[in-house]
Amino acid sequence: METGSLDDGRAAGDEPGWTALPPGLLRMRRLLLVVWLGPLALAVGVLLGALAGPVWSAFALLPLALLGWGWVLLGRNWRSWRYAERADDLLISRGVLWREETVVPYGRMQLVEVTSGPVERHFGLATVQLHTAAAATDATIPGLDPAEAERLRDRLTRLGEARSAGL
Amino acid sequence: MTTDRGDGADVEAADRDNGAGDRDGAGDRDEAGDRDEPGVIERRLHPVTPLRRAWAPVAVLAGWAVHDPSQAQQQLTKLTTTMLLAGLAVLLPAAALYGFLSWWFTHFAVTDTELRIRTGLLFRRTAHIRLERIQAVDVTRPLLARLAGVAKLKLDVIGTDKKDELAFLGEDEARALRAELLARAAGFAPETAHEVGEAPARELVRVPARVIALSLLLIGATWGSLLTAVVVPPLVWLGTHSLWTVLAVAVPLFGGAVTSSAGRFVGAYDWTVSESPDGLRIDRGLLDRTHETVPPGRVQTVRIVEPLLWRRLGWVRVELDVAGSSNSVLLPVAPRGIAESVIARVLPGVTVPDASLLVRPPRRARWCTPVWWRGHGIAVTDAVFAARHGLLRRRLALVPHAKVQSVRLTQGPWERVWRVADVHVDTGANKTVTARLRDAEEAARLLRAQAERSRTGRREARPDRWMQR
Repeated sequence: METGSLDDGRAAGDEPGWTALPPGLLRMRRLLLVVWLGPLALAVGVLLGALAGPVWSAFALLPLALLGWGWVLLGRNWRSWRYAERADDLLISRGVLWREETVVPYGRMQLVEVTSGPVERHFGLATVQLHTAAAATDATIPGLDPAEAERLRDRLTRLGEARSAGL
Repeated sequence: MTTDRGDGADVEAADRDNGAGDRDGAGDRDEAGDRDEPGVIERRLHPVTPLRRAWAPVAVLAGWAVHDPSQAQQQLTKLTTTMLLAGLAVLLPAAALYGFLSWWFTHFAVTDTELRIRTGLLFRRTAHIRLERIQAVDVTRPLLARLAGVAKLKLDVIGTDKKDELAFLGEDEARALRAELLARAAGFAPETAHEVGEAPARELVRVPARVIALSLLLIGATWGSLLTAVVVPPLVWLGTHSLWTVLAVAVPLFGGAVTSSAGRFVGAYDWTVSESPDGLRIDRGLLDRTHETVPPGRVQTVRIVEPLLWRRLGWVRVELDVAGSSNSVLLPVAPRGIAESVIARVLPGVTVPDASLLVRPPRRARWCTPVWWRGHGIAVTDAVFAARHGLLRRRLALVPHAKVQSVRLTQGPWERVWRVADVHVDTGANKTVTARLRDAEEAARLLRAQAERSRTGRREARPDRWMQR
């Protein structure tokens, strides 16, 4: 097949150096999970125990189980996120069950955005988002260190200018 | 580039002379090099325009009457003739005044690099449209406008929701303006852009009316809408015995049936595709004539659609996506060979991959999409990425490598079990072409290779200003 002809030599050569996300994002997400589900479990246990009898308070195990499950899922999801800055394009790979891998050539970037909400800011995190002329392009890297996010933004902008191609 | 100016005093003065107010708007560009920008001549639309606007209040009233017929009738019987006349005496001058004012306050001007439209009575809006970013220029002449000898000029620009339009202009003026806009967008020197005139066009295809009619008869949707229009109203009558309900159901159904058959025929009548240095020309329509121009290098994807019943005749429909415009048909119906030769003109250097070159997904993909997996197929050539889907109505989408914005690979859990994955190719027209159910390893290779090709494919592409070498 023709598809193999162009890359066979190269892909092996510059197989990218993947960068994983810093642990801050995982910490923030797990903390949020505990903050929401912990009190819920407590409330369910206390209320049911007081109103319907101590056996019923076993229902508090439900939110607790959810918490444990979410704890593992968040960890898996966080581990699946990674990105690579190659010579000419940016690679982003993510997802455990639903895997997705995105390649954006630097020359196609229209704008690079760094955002950081109040919770993210509190944990010292920032999100980098790339926009191309296609709205379907979904290139977002969450949970970066702000300094790293800014470095990435500046580098991507510089590379984008150097290789600019537009539409 | 949007500037708002609140004072209306210079509006009157700006008519036909050098818009003094526009100088300050252009101030930042003066530093950029063209210090001696000649006076920008602002123009008004054709004087027939107010009539179009004057209909608005009447249309609102008519819409209300149709929407709620019984109440409208009650209200009408209450009115006396004098009240009716008095109402008309107020309404018509008000409508005329509104039409006149909105015409009076709409100006446009062509500069070396921009088309500027200034409009709005209370809320002023100034749009500066950069000419080298124009994706397509349409001149449309609706039936009434044809009788009045005027035309509408529409522009497709990236990032705007709706087309910016200049309605109405005199027919000759519209044609001259289109030629001038395209000449300037093509990069002709500003002094000569006026005189360049219309680029000579060479006719490529003219679709005969008989073929259009036959092709519409061979589409299931036409018969489906006709059949519902015939069958449903009697059923409703049997169920309700209420004339109003039947009418309320039948009128939209018949409307839909007429639009999908006769309407499409009338719209596609005398469909001509011609080629000119300014790009592709599409002229079409029986009552409303439309003249579209797509400059070279603007086409993001081309789709070849092959409905089931057309296959025996070897006919296809060709659609193209241009950034900024929603959907446009290049050829409503044509034999495959002719369609392919036209595509070769639209995307230079591209040959449509033969059906035998399309590679199907591996056989195990049938566990993901049972029968339809056979309809999928992809081919990659030096110039395009081609993906086909659909079993009964086949659709083959072509994306030139230079137009690919990003490439994505996705794989769900069930697809993982069968070791297949989807590859999505995103283009600038907000269309994504998907190669579904490829072998996982092949998909990963395809992802890398496609990114590489989309990067290098750009080098041979033409510049935005296509006449500059």
